[in-house]
This record gives sequence, structure tokens and C-alpha cells, in this order.
Amino acid sequence: MAEQIAGRAAPLTDPVRHYLDIAGLWVRAAWVYPASFLMLIVGSMVISGLDFVGLWIMFSTIDTLGGFGLAEIALLYGASGIGIGVADTLIGSVERIGVYVRTGRLDQMLTKPVPLLVQVCADQFTLRRLGRITQASVVFAWAAAYVDWTPSRVAVAVLMAISSTVIFFGLFVGFSCIQFWTTDSAEFANAFTYGGNTITQYPMTIFPRELTVSLTFVLPIAFVNWYPCLYLLGRDDPFGLPGWLQFCSPVAAAVTLGAALLAWRTGVRHYTSTGS
Amino acid sequence: MDALIEARGLERTFDVRRRTGGGRRRAEVVRAVHDLDLSVASGEMVGYIGPNGAGKSTTIKMFTGILVPTDGSLRVAGLEPSRQRRELARRIGVVFGQRSALWWDLPLRDSFELLAKLYRIPEATFRANLSRFTELLDLGEQLDTPVRQLSLGQRMRGDITAALLHEPEILFLDEPTIGLDVVSKGRLREFLRSLNAEHGTTLMLTTHDLQDIEALCDRVVVIDHGTKVYDGSLAALRARGGSHRTLVVDLVDVAPAIEIPGATVQRVEGPRQWLTFPGEASAAPLVAAVAANYEVADLSILEPAIEDVIRELYAR
Repeated sequence: MAEQIAGRAAPLTDPVRHYLDIAGLWVRAAWVYPASFLMLIVGSMVISGLDFVGLWIMFSTIDTLGGFGLAEIALLYGASGIGIGVADTLIGSVERIGVYVRTGRLDQMLTKPVPLLVQVCADQFTLRRLGRITQASVVFAWAAAYVDWTPSRVAVAVLMAISSTVIFFGLFVGFSCIQFWTTDSAEFANAFTYGGNTITQYPMTIFPRELTVSLTFVLPIAFVNWYPCLYLLGRDDPFGLPGWLQFCSPVAAAVTLGAALLAWRTGVRHYTSTGS
Repeated sequence: MDALIEARGLERTFDVRRRTGGGRRRAEVVRAVHDLDLSVASGEMVGYIGPNGAGKSTTIKMFTGILVPTDGSLRVAGLEPSRQRRELARRIGVVFGQRSALWWDLPLRDSFELLAKLYRIPEATFRANLSRFTELLDLGEQLDTPVRQLSLGQRMRGDITAALLHEPEILFLDEPTIGLDVVSKGRLREFLRSLNAEHGTTLMLTTHDLQDIEALCDRVVVIDHGTKVYDGSLAALRARGGSHRTLVVDLVDVAPAIEIPGATVQRVEGPRQWLTFPGEASAAPLVAAVAANYEVADLSILEPAIEDVIRELYAR
């Protein structure tokens, strides 16, 4: 009997389906308490809403920030919020690999016939960030009314939504891998992911040029929203950097993803060869 | 039939950094498993024992693909565990006694259903196996209870069910009876025995409880300091280590030390006397000789305790 099961299903595994299976289980588990589930989402919507209200209040005393008006900043803010919200929802659990290592959960996962990254990302899946995504979408939609839409701008906006998610996905996975070496470094990773998110809520012009350059060529956070939004707003690069960067978000996303997956593989190999 | 587990010269070292004072650190290589040869045939029940830190868990982790061996060759179910880990996962079941594979906050049933999806177990097979195991392991009433509310024994039975739903050829059990009460232990052993007898599932278990071994395993592998120090049957291990059995004689009256050829009196306590005789010798002529020459109220034979035998092995 054992031969049958092993023989039939061995070569074809479908990571996406496994992801949905695991995530679905957690959503159903959360629905056991629908009231607390809904309150969690509303709560996160309110908290992240206040975040934007803060910006708004700031603009009641100043007209522009770094040369950008409220609607323009709202566009940046919404775009980055959607990106990190979706990424955090899809793979938020990856931050916890240090805990999985310490509790032996990772060993359990290693004995399952599903890719480790899929299991880690889908474990304890929660829709808690739905509030954040909704709020960011509302802000983005409001700001979008000020954009002079053309077909190419629509294309750039769509690519921006995908790329920003992929970039944050890469940052989450990549920096979480450090926990394979030092299991207590979750905060270090957060500095780059959530820290990166905070930076992208403001126009880069309020930061020194050096920071913008490093967030372009070293840690590609500027591609999350800054470059594509410059294109949507029809602005020239305030730092005089080449205009073609405004179309490069998908490239940055692909590079980040590749680097993150490489880091993941290296991390898993390190783990399985040290057992620490 | 080919061996299901085949290890040759298996080696596993760890780099451990030790503080040497003055804030400096020295890297040290610790050998957890050294030059291990082990071959397990299909259908065997192997007990893998050794003191803490002997390398038991390291070995199991290599066999299940969690750890990559430093050196040597290893095949489990014809696969190379560390390279073909996910493929191997479908053919083996793993139970870590102290770490549950179940989802802590979810009802037992949800964990099982998710595993059925992850292992792609056909619906009919899953239903049949689930009802069989829940009945055999008496879990029917706990299926809708969140795992965190289960007792240790129930959780362990849940973990074993989880490891068996996909009908693995080999079941690895790391300390499966740790923390269980006597009744639960007995039931679990009973179940594992029948699993092996009826389905031919190969069992490899590490344990501190030698009664597990006595109840389950025809074959014992003893490991110490990462090296195999014994591999053979439990009976042979007993004969080899203990070498002496003891005949306890209760006489009707207090008497001087019994004098019978082939046995020596170790202790006299009132009418009770302890006679030791070689482990390989039969007790029958001895008993007959004692009964012929003395008025005997009662007799019993003490086998050497397996713990003593193994302790002697470690000491070597």
C-alpha cells in the first residue's frame, strides 16, 4: 500500500496549491471566532488610517514636503502600503524562522514533502493585514485622481503593484535568512523591511542624495514606489538620476527575488549541515 | 530483499565554538557520529539506544534528511536522504517524542486533513486510515479537540497517527514513550507491534526506556560516543553482558549455604538464598538438584537486568 501512494504522487508537487491548503486551514481556524477576526481587521485599518491622518495634519501647516504635495505623497504612501501589506500577508511568517529553529518546528517541516519556504510562509497565515491593504488602497485611489492617466502610466502602475510586493517579499525572505545563523536576529530584519516601508512613505527628496543612491543600487527600496511614481506624476528625477530607472522596478524585483531565494537556499543548507 | 536503511562509514561532526577566556573563542570539532555502519532490512524493529549525547538524534536526523552527513554513504528506501529529502518524506514517518508535528491551536482533525493534502493521500485511503488509527489508538473522541488541550498521551497518539496516514514504509520514533504513564506506554507498544506485524512497517526507535526495547525490538543497536558498540539481538546482548543468572530459593527452614555443583551462593538471608549460575546453562538440572537435596518452599529465576548489561557496555 505504501508503494502506491509514494509512487503516484512523488514527482509533481504544486507549491501554490500547498500554500493555499496551509493558508486556508489558518483562515478557517480564524473564522471559528468571526467577531475577533473582523475586529482584528477593522483595528488594523484604524491604526494604519491614523498613520495617514498624521501626514494630513502635517500638511495643514506646510504646503509641500520635499517639493511634493499631499496628493503626490499619498500616491507614494498608498503604493508602498499596498506592496508591504500584500507581501506581509503572503509571507509574514518567514520572520519567525528563528523561533521555528529553536522549537524544532523546522525539523518537522523538513520531514514533509512540501518545499520548506512554502511551509514557512504559509504557516500561521493571517488576514490581519487586510486592514492595512484596504487603507493603503483607499489612499492610493484618492491620490490616483490627481494623476494624468495614459496607457503607459497604467502599465507602470500595474507593474509597480507587482514589483513592490515582490521586492518586499525578497527583503522579508532575504533578511530573515540571517536567523539561520543567529536565531535572534528578527529585529535586524525588521529594520530593513518595516524600516524600508517607513522610508517609502515619504518623497526621497527629504533624504540625502547618498541614501537615495544606495536605496537604488544597493537595497532596491526606491523601486518599490519612488521611481514608478515619478513616472506617474510626470516628474523628472529630482536627483538628476537617469529617467529609465523609472521603468526598472520589475528588474529590481527580479534581482531581489533571485538574491533572496539564493540566500534562502544557502540558509537551509547551512541549517541542515549544522543542526544548530 | 535489499536493506531499507544502509549506512556505511557514516560520519557527522559539528563545529563548536568554545570560549577560552579573555573573550577569545576556539573552534572545536565534535564528532557526534563516527564511522557508523548500519543495515536495516524491511520489516525489522530496531531499538537504537545510548546515553544522552551519544549521537542517537543526530543519526535519526541524518536518516530522515534533516542533517547532511559529513562523510560516509547513506541510503534510506533507496534514496539519499539529504538530497532527496522531499521524496523520502513520502516514504517515511517521523515522530519526535518531545516535539509535536501537529498544529497546536487547531483541532486534531484539521491537522490530519492538512497532512492528507500535503502528502496527496487519496481521499478514500485517508478516510480508511484515519478511522483505523483513531479506533486502534482510541482517539475518536479527541478529533475535534485543539491539540493544546490534549493530554500528553493523546497528543503522542495523535502524532503517531499523523506520521502514519501516508502509509510510510519506515517509521522513525525518537523517544515515543517519554513522559507517558504505564497504561499509555503499554497501549502504544501494543499498537506498534501490530503495525509491524500486519503491515510490515519497519520501525526504528530511540528510547531511554528499555522496556520499550524489550516489548518491541528483536534487534538492538547500542551507540556510545558516536560509535556503535553493540548490534544484535536482545537475548544475545543479555547473554553477553550479564553472563550470570540468579536462582532464588526459599527453603522451608533456615539452612547453611546450599552446595550444588555449577552454582555458587551469593547471599543468604534467613531461609532465602541467592545462587548464581552461568547465563548459558539451563536452570532445569539446577532446580532439580536443589529440590532433591533440600526442602524447597518456592523458587524463582532472575534474568540479568538489561540496564545492567547496557551499563557495562557503556563502561567499556
